[in-house]
Amino acid sequence: MKISIILFVTTAALVLSACGNSVPDSEQQYGPDPTLPEPQRGLLPGMTIPEPAEWGDQLPTVPDNYTITAIATNLKVPRQTLVLPNGDILVAEGSGGNAPLSKPKGVIAGYLKSQGTTSVKSGDRLTLLRDSDGDGSYEEQTVFAKNLNAPYGLALIDNNLYVANQDALVRFDYEEGRTQASGPPEEVTKLPSEINHHWTKALTASADGRFLYVGIGSNSNITERGMAAEVSRAEVWQINAETGAHKPYATGLRNPTALTIQPETDQLWVVVNERDELGPNLVPDYLTAVREGGFYGWPYSYWGQNVDPRVRPQNPEKVKSAIVPDYSLSSHVAPLGLDFSIPEMGDKFAEGVFIGEHGSWNRANPVGYKVVFIPFSEGRPSGQPIDFVTGFLSAEEKTRGRPVGVTVDPSGALIVADDVSNTVWRVTPKENQ
Amino acid sequence: MATAHRTYRSVLHPLHAILLAGTIPLFLGATLSDYAYSSTYNILWSIFASWLIAGGLVFAGLTLLCAIIGLFRADRRRGLFLVYFFLLLALVIVGFFNALIHARDAWGMMPTGFVLSIIVTLLACATTWVGFSSLSAGGKE
Repeated sequence: MKISIILFVTTAALVLSACGNSVPDSEQQYGPDPTLPEPQRGLLPGMTIPEPAEWGDQLPTVPDNYTITAIATNLKVPRQTLVLPNGDILVAEGSGGNAPLSKPKGVIAGYLKSQGTTSVKSGDRLTLLRDSDGDGSYEEQTVFAKNLNAPYGLALIDNNLYVANQDALVRFDYEEGRTQASGPPEEVTKLPSEINHHWTKALTASADGRFLYVGIGSNSNITERGMAAEVSRAEVWQINAETGAHKPYATGLRNPTALTIQPETDQLWVVVNERDELGPNLVPDYLTAVREGGFYGWPYSYWGQNVDPRVRPQNPEKVKSAIVPDYSLSSHVAPLGLDFSIPEMGDKFAEGVFIGEHGSWNRANPVGYKVVFIPFSEGRPSGQPIDFVTGFLSAEEKTRGRPVGVTVDPSGALIVADDVSNTVWRVTPKENQ
Repeated sequence: MATAHRTYRSVLHPLHAILLAGTIPLFLGATLSDYAYSSTYNILWSIFASWLIAGGLVFAGLTLLCAIIGLFRADRRRGLFLVYFFLLLALVIVGFFNALIHARDAWGMMPTGFVLSIIVTLLACATTWVGFSSLSAGGKE
């Protein structure tokens, strides 16, 4: 058996590297109306999993007149961050998922994917970073809470700190200035966690503080674990903060990995990771305003009414009702972070969203591996993305880092979590220093 | 009777025979599972098919190893044994392609996977038939 696995991997690697040279680079698929090629899938899906490498004395690249510093290193897989009212930063650290092996493919895919991630074990904790003297270096670092279960989403409503573990939404009492939780958290509600193929539970609070929104990813790429595994998956839940009662707020969102509320309009926005194995330029990941009660296609169709032939039985009724998302981020970039900007971020980046793109595995030529800014005007996306933080992928196509959560600090800085170098980065306009 | 000329060497080694014969139920099982998946859309059948093919490939691969060893023996480098060897090679190659097709998610493996499973099962039957005929008859010249 072992020999056959090795053979399998070697053959796979050979064929894969052959594919690497033949697939042309992606056409840019940004904006409201991306080009969608015909689905294609060879004998092996195109994959390139860049190997991790060290930063050494180098730093990610930021625009002129901006600086980037590492404000925390040696963390245990940082994912999302939250800036508290007093300027402290909370970092959720962890890795989840407990999907059992399903098909022989999983043996090989699991091995290949493990080559592209950190070897650090899940922290299952929240770390608090504090910059007491306001000089931009966060000299205090404490463990705010531990023994959590793959915490990801974070939200603060008044004195309640909400944390979305991979299996439950929990609440801590919080008072300004705290560096450690006063005790273990209280469970607000359980979250779907069986299998947890997509385990991350994104979280944000409504503007009025009455509701919490939780993103729950699908339990498969495209129903290959059966439809029974997809009950209450690929949805955004609206949860009553007081009672814990929930309802599906929007459905058909394959993997909603980051949620945020737009200032002024109070509208909920989301970034979604779309399905794989339909080719290097399908299906575009996207940014969209979330319509209450809306259905966004997964699994039956993508980008509106494009039917996915891999789903049986099909559902033409649902396909007809599928909403076309607002803005394509292009295929496989893997957006995991989302936050609205503020004027303090500088003129060019004053109005719009920052998006952390974890970077692709499911295409031959890697894309993503950066933080981009999508300009908005009149509350809607209005133009091409602008690179904000790059250099995570080195010239030798090794991954020195992978951006996850992005959070705008009201004092005029962008906080970026990086789950390969296990670092939290802070980007500031030079004038804010 | 040529009993005196019949040597132990000229029959399939029991291990070789077991591995060879085992390919039929494994690949046949995969075909039946594919049929069940295509008629019920119950994903579990497609998962069964994938593992049965993987099992069939382990058996066929080890059989191929036995056959390669057999090729080093002069009496086996001709006639039916060569036919057997190439059938076996084809079985492993087509079976491997079928495994790759079955690695596609959900209905993505269909209908190609089902068609290939039928072909692989027929190949397994033919290979086993020829394999046993070429050697187990012993002293027959």
